[in-house]
Amino acid sequence: MTYTPSEMMTVAAARALRDRDVCFVGIGLPSAACNLARLTHAPRVTLVYESGTLQTKPTVLPLSIGDGELCETALTTVSVPEMFQYWLQGGRISVGFLGGAQIDRFGNLNSTVIGPYDRPTVRLPGSGGATEIATNCQRIFIVMRHTAVAFVERLDFLTSLGHGPTGRERRAMGLATEGPTLIVTDLCLMMPDPDTKEFRVVSIHPGVRREQVRQATGWPVAFADRVDETAEPTATELEALRDLNARTARAHGAAAGDS
Amino acid sequence: MSEFLGLADAIARHVRDGDRVALEGFTHLIPFAAGHEIIRQERRDLTLIRMTPDLLYDQMIGAGCARKLVFSWGGNPGVGSLHRLRDAVERGWPRPLEIEEHSHAAMAHAYAAGAAGMPTALFKGYRGSELAAVNPNIKFIACPFTGEELTAVPALRPDVAIVHAQKADREGNVLVEGIIGVQKEAVLAASRSVVTVEEVVDRFEGIGTNAAILPAWVVGAIVVVPGGARPSYAYGYYDRDNAFYVAWDAISRDRTMFQAWMQEHVMRASSA
Repeated sequence: MTYTPSEMMTVAAARALRDRDVCFVGIGLPSAACNLARLTHAPRVTLVYESGTLQTKPTVLPLSIGDGELCETALTTVSVPEMFQYWLQGGRISVGFLGGAQIDRFGNLNSTVIGPYDRPTVRLPGSGGATEIATNCQRIFIVMRHTAVAFVERLDFLTSLGHGPTGRERRAMGLATEGPTLIVTDLCLMMPDPDTKEFRVVSIHPGVRREQVRQATGWPVAFADRVDETAEPTATELEALRDLNARTARAHGAAAGDS
Repeated sequence: MSEFLGLADAIARHVRDGDRVALEGFTHLIPFAAGHEIIRQERRDLTLIRMTPDLLYDQMIGAGCARKLVFSWGGNPGVGSLHRLRDAVERGWPRPLEIEEHSHAAMAHAYAAGAAGMPTALFKGYRGSELAAVNPNIKFIACPFTGEELTAVPALRPDVAIVHAQKADREGNVLVEGIIGVQKEAVLAASRSVVTVEEVVDRFEGIGTNAAILPAWVVGAIVVVPGGARPSYAYGYYDRDNAFYVAWDAISRDRTMFQAWMQEHVMRASSA
């Protein structure tokens, strides 16, 4: 089956989740990936949204983080303070799935402003749950479209900690959690070097050239010694994703089905 | 003790110029009708507190009600930017807007601390984030027992909290169901409160023993406003108007189009 780069990204991100994971899900690309995992290889994965919905199994992707669908299909719904206090800060979440407007080579994320904080050229939505998801989940997966505007040499603002501005700060703080361990884009998969924590390309999606990855990355991107070719989406994965997007589009109108 | 009032009366009595106001509801049960009444009564210099400003604060900011915004995620969920918020921050229109920016975890803890009568919320947050550098209300302190570094933000203690809920009973108790967000904490943290509800019932039927209930003696005014959370939703009553959230992007992008929409749909609407 033919597929789009966006479908490849969502499928590759979904594959990173396991049945045993308890995943704190962001809206948009992460939500599509997490629900695809649940509908394919990880039917028992536990999905948690910051609106307080625990162990939710939506049949369509939510447009907002607090759609009724999430509450109706959840095991239980708790208050927002309880969600952040007991479940996130209490260390019950194994994987946080994040995106952002900008990312650097150490997996730090900006979702706050482009330009100076006091006089921004673009005022982005801000942290939401991301800042504490980034430090309180056992590990972080990041899913973002790969462009030189997003993959930058230097963030305009550090909203959510990855491995720190030089790759060393997170370790120095003594945080008990691992931080970002995987970046999934529409071009490739990246994982951090165990020592320097700089993200390197470990797998390139079929048909993508190294030069494309270089041009879409705002720093001189490193490639691991061994770079795999990502397995193409299977027919099962693609059908599940397209069914999910079609159901979502029918439920919300066209705006929400784009992922 | 709660008292049943009309919407215009409730807002006139409980919301004053310069107040710190929290209209809460996490995507669900956003009190749009009450916010629109604040706009109609032309309240000014408000400090608007809300985790997700959403379309309601976009409208209130664009209408000139706000001096300051305390928030943690300022987007149009699933759609994109809040253009009136951005216009105020980026270009000072219709007036400059001071912002105090937090994360969700910080605001959730700060409401809970306010409800608990604490001056400060302590939690594990903002580690490595530059938000701590731009918001002087984020501090780090050592735990007196373990020495561990903890984060402190001031408790949220609004002058008035406004929330929407499904039901009130005749005694003036309030039932909230579904995604309950910070509804309870916001009301308990505030000095005064206004609760709009879908309906009044003789008694709450079919609820579990642990239902989220605000007793009459912690609620100020109750106002019956069916549909008072539209275009957000009320679980068990009506769905979120996702199409309107999408349409708001174009309406709010342009100042003139925004003002015309507000004239027609808010200023000329009746407060019922």
